[in-house]
Amino acid sequence: MLESCVSESKETLEQKLWEYQYGRTPEEQAYDEKLLGQQFFRNNEIEKIKRLANLILPPTEEKLGNLDFPPTAGGNIEEAKVPEFIEFMAKDIPSIQTQMRGGLMWLDIHTRKTYNKDFLDCSEDEQHQVLDQIAYPDPKASEQKMEVGFFTLMRNLVMTGYFTSEVGINELGYKGNQPNVWDGVPDEVLKAHGMSYDESWIPKFVDQSKRNDIAQWDEEGNLIS
Amino acid sequence: MQIIENQKQYDVVIVGSGAGGGMATKILANAGLKVAVVEAGPFFDPANPQQQTQLKWPYESPRRGAGTKRAFGEFDMAYGGWEIDGEPYNQIGNSKFDWFRSRMLGGRTNHWGRISLRFGPRDFKGKDRDGLGENWPIGYEDIRPYYDKVDKLIGVFGSKENLYNEPDGYFLPAPKPRLHELYYKKGAEKSGVKVIPSRLSILTKRINSDRGICFYCNQCSRSCSVYADFSAGSCLIFPAQKAGGQVDLYVNSMVREVEVNEEGKATGVLFINKEDRKEYRIKGKVVVLAASACSTARILLNSKSAQHPNGLGNSSNLVGKYLHDSTGSDRMAFVPELMNRKRYNEDGVGGMHLYSPWWLDNKKLDFPRGYHIEVWGGLGMPSYGTGFNPNDLNKYLGLKVGGYGNQLREDVKKFYGSVMGMSGRGESIAREDNYCEIDPTTVDEFGIPVLRFNYSWSDHERKQARHMHNTFEEIIENMGGVVLGNKPGADRDYGLLNPGRIIHEVGTTRMGSDPKKSVVNEFEQLHDAANVFIVDAGPFVSQADKNPTWTIMALSWRTSEFIIQELKKQNI
Repeated sequence: MLESCVSESKETLEQKLWEYQYGRTPEEQAYDEKLLGQQFFRNNEIEKIKRLANLILPPTEEKLGNLDFPPTAGGNIEEAKVPEFIEFMAKDIPSIQTQMRGGLMWLDIHTRKTYNKDFLDCSEDEQHQVLDQIAYPDPKASEQKMEVGFFTLMRNLVMTGYFTSEVGINELGYKGNQPNVWDGVPDEVLKAHGMSYDESWIPKFVDQSKRNDIAQWDEEGNLIS
Repeated sequence: MQIIENQKQYDVVIVGSGAGGGMATKILANAGLKVAVVEAGPFFDPANPQQQTQLKWPYESPRRGAGTKRAFGEFDMAYGGWEIDGEPYNQIGNSKFDWFRSRMLGGRTNHWGRISLRFGPRDFKGKDRDGLGENWPIGYEDIRPYYDKVDKLIGVFGSKENLYNEPDGYFLPAPKPRLHELYYKKGAEKSGVKVIPSRLSILTKRINSDRGICFYCNQCSRSCSVYADFSAGSCLIFPAQKAGGQVDLYVNSMVREVEVNEEGKATGVLFINKEDRKEYRIKGKVVVLAASACSTARILLNSKSAQHPNGLGNSSNLVGKYLHDSTGSDRMAFVPELMNRKRYNEDGVGGMHLYSPWWLDNKKLDFPRGYHIEVWGGLGMPSYGTGFNPNDLNKYLGLKVGGYGNQLREDVKKFYGSVMGMSGRGESIAREDNYCEIDPTTVDEFGIPVLRFNYSWSDHERKQARHMHNTFEEIIENMGGVVLGNKPGADRDYGLLNPGRIIHEVGTTRMGSDPKKSVVNEFEQLHDAANVFIVDAGPFVSQADKNPTWTIMALSWRTSEFIIQELKKQNI
């Protein structure tokens, strides 16, 4: 199916490659370059993906959050580069190509029958009506209709694309991936969960003030530094 | 095609650079021997920014960490996987053995779980207890001094527990458990399941000036750029070179066979250079095989000569036999009390902070041997898959599943960190009819005949897996969690994963004192060729419910000292 792909301009490709520098082997890098240089979805399909992504995760202006989560503005799917991510995954996992393309096609077939126009020309209300029919898999059914399966796949890609982006990770509140000194769960969290560190366990744990002292043991294997 | 001769004469040619090969390199080079290390993959140094994946964010990749190109996700530091282009393997009948290979300097030690457990006294003498399998020709006391040395050289955190079959060592202090691990502890202890701090080869405290200290990013699977975790390159091979050792690395070099002289003694190895695809000969007084249990068996079986017509070391016909992997089965839990968690940096070390060693007496059970339980969960870094089925867990709360719109953001945030899991990893019984052998119908892209596998689980392993799930469910209930997924029944082997999936394959060149019933002696020396040694997990007679790496290294150290002695005595 990749034969239908058009190639990116050299400039765009170089910009994309510059963006992704993360410890690839030469073979992996060549493979990624190949995929980044191709385009799978046609322009009209990309537009539909963008629209769907914005329906799945509409941009938010209000600050979300409560006492436990400092309010963070949610990012939008463009900032999270969700459409670019979905374009890449369709090439990276070719087995989803037909389901994606067929599902996007189904949207137009359905709206032409129901509203006599293409999906993208429907009003937001009409688009919501379409989604209402396909966004809720029947938990009791042994199999789901094609359009329901398609929407589940699209929702999964949008959600994971968003929550693995910089804005999405911020919104989620993940605090790690940086040098740190772990000294246990914060006290107020322990308290809130009715947990505590066993007194008898305390001597087994790292004394972080001594982590730079070179380890030494006595003959019984007791740490003495 | 002409073979390109290497004029250098080495004392030792080591095939493979993982835990076993790395340790042999370190000990033999430190003793002043001239060592060649032949590795099938490229050079790798976790400190090299070109190769580093540590501290990268998912959005630095166009696939956001997906596992399309690397089995455990694209930031995982294993070049290879269960399938490698150009290097096939086959199955016999309905066999489904999954063979994981990592082609790079340091091999699988660059990404492994760092679970560093000693085998205990009982683990060497399984047959004495239940009549199954075979005893090792050595016992815990033989290997104990080497475990001690490995602890001090490499560094392992843990705690003294005085448990008979979980011997204590020279431990660095353990990190405090994370929140989900405290939930696990509560649930497990209520069920009478022992819980202790885990034992991982990660530096929670400085052990020397060459290696850094853990900075708690949770990414040991990406191999640590400050060398705070154990990887064979950064902790064994580079230090051996730095100490002035005569170590020549031959990378991207696929060994095809061990060559022998008229007396049947090894003279060196033949390898294919992957870059120029030419054949090279490299000579040594001693050959040490450390290519991994199955790769070493493959090399031996492909080394046919007039002196060793059945393959090198294979007069017993046992090379490749008694292949066994750990049993494994996993289960997930949703813990409602962990919904809407307060956020903080909970990365910790790369792996669990506590675990359960085997805690039961088999006399009261319907299966032999045991398993340990690993725990996972927490406020981890998002990666490809985060946000999939964003609110499926709503069904346990009586709320709607599916939909679209900003409610989905709230659902993902609500459930973040509320799912955890348990993995049972246990001991299977080694059997002669579980094996790998040469498949005469297939070669890899280097023209080397490949392996085919014959492997099946028995009721011993199935019943063990059933017990794992009963235990998991009880623990999950005790901690106020909801068990996810259906309990796997007999139709699914009680959830037992395919052999090979736990990546602990051992036993293909087993150790013993009788040359008819074993391939190597207690010093991992071939019965059939005195100057060939095997220091990967091939010589394991049985594998215990422990991860094999610490035992591979202790044995490799012991064997390396034996090689030094024997060379001095001119016995080999």
